[in-house]
Amino acid sequence: MDLHLHTVLSACAEIEMLPPLIVERALELGLAAIAITDHNSAENAGAVREAALGSGLVVFPGMELRTREEVDLLALFEEEGAALALQERVYQALGEDRNRPEFFGEQIVVDAEGNPIRQCNRLLQRALPFPIGPAVELVKSLGGLCIAAHADRPTYGIVSNLGFIPPGLPLDGVEISRYSEVDAFRQGTPGAAGLGVASFGDAHRLSEISDRTEMWLEDATLGEVDLAFRQAAGRRLRVRPDRHREQS
Amino acid sequence: MTVGEIAAALHLEVIGANADLSREVRGGYASDLLSCAMAGAKPGDVWVTLQAHLNVVAVASLTEVAGVIITEGARPDADTVKRADQESIALLGTKEDTFSTVARLVKLGVGEPVSG
Repeated sequence: MDLHLHTVLSACAEIEMLPPLIVERALELGLAAIAITDHNSAENAGAVREAALGSGLVVFPGMELRTREEVDLLALFEEEGAALALQERVYQALGEDRNRPEFFGEQIVVDAEGNPIRQCNRLLQRALPFPIGPAVELVKSLGGLCIAAHADRPTYGIVSNLGFIPPGLPLDGVEISRYSEVDAFRQGTPGAAGLGVASFGDAHRLSEISDRTEMWLEDATLGEVDLAFRQAAGRRLRVRPDRHREQS
Repeated sequence: MTVGEIAAALHLEVIGANADLSREVRGGYASDLLSCAMAGAKPGDVWVTLQAHLNVVAVASLTEVAGVIITEGARPDADTVKRADQESIALLGTKEDTFSTVARLVKLGVGEPVSG
């Protein structure tokens, strides 16, 4: 499973991150499920879901939230309605600053075939006014899973910005990047004990979609993913230690 | 110069009821990345940041800074204030930004070698 993917709605993503190509690549890798997690928006999640219809690939709608502390969090949902409810709250909070594509890149809303529908004019890739605690609570109150994103990275990561994982923060898990190993991360990170650690692609291009994290589930639902992060009821997840694969 | 004298001179709001304002300030440090503050802030520093998360109190305690100035009007939540009070850590609030705050601290003489 790769539960951290960007589409062309994220200004930092390559133009190839289009629904049919994402689905094709995910199937090629043999993934059972992916999640669409653009910065502070879920506007392209539905298009990827539609593109995956009939393919057997499960697509969780989601979002990568940036909290007030500039910590990125993955919000993952079973249903698009919940992701859009979060998006409504996020859009209210983001304010009216407009994106400047010449600086930040284009934010393109597409259909299931990858045709551009319009530009999202809001400046998506910025910090929300929600502190991390209330942000996690908000995701969970909407029935979502909340995972600290790229927690090993020096920018927009929970450890770089807050020093360590705050005790008592009700996270459902932690994501590390392709550059780190689970054991080393756990050992070097106060507060990581007891949290499930996955390594998703944080894919901004097709070649970054990742099959590094394997999960043993009854079926590809978010409830099962939750169990896998908790290593409960026989479900589990494993991050393959083969990180030195080719990076493009 | 003590934390309390700095708070008075810069019109900072003393947040919480149990701040230790008697600590001597020996220098200053500014960063909003708590991972940097853990490595860079020294005992006796006044730490200037716009972060208001509970972890600020833990890092302040760990590094033994004399006090924390929270800039840009950021408000620590009730748990954070409670923890700061338990640890007698001085959290001082200001609406000003970090640049202006540091400039004022320098003007007060923070960071200059103490004579005698």
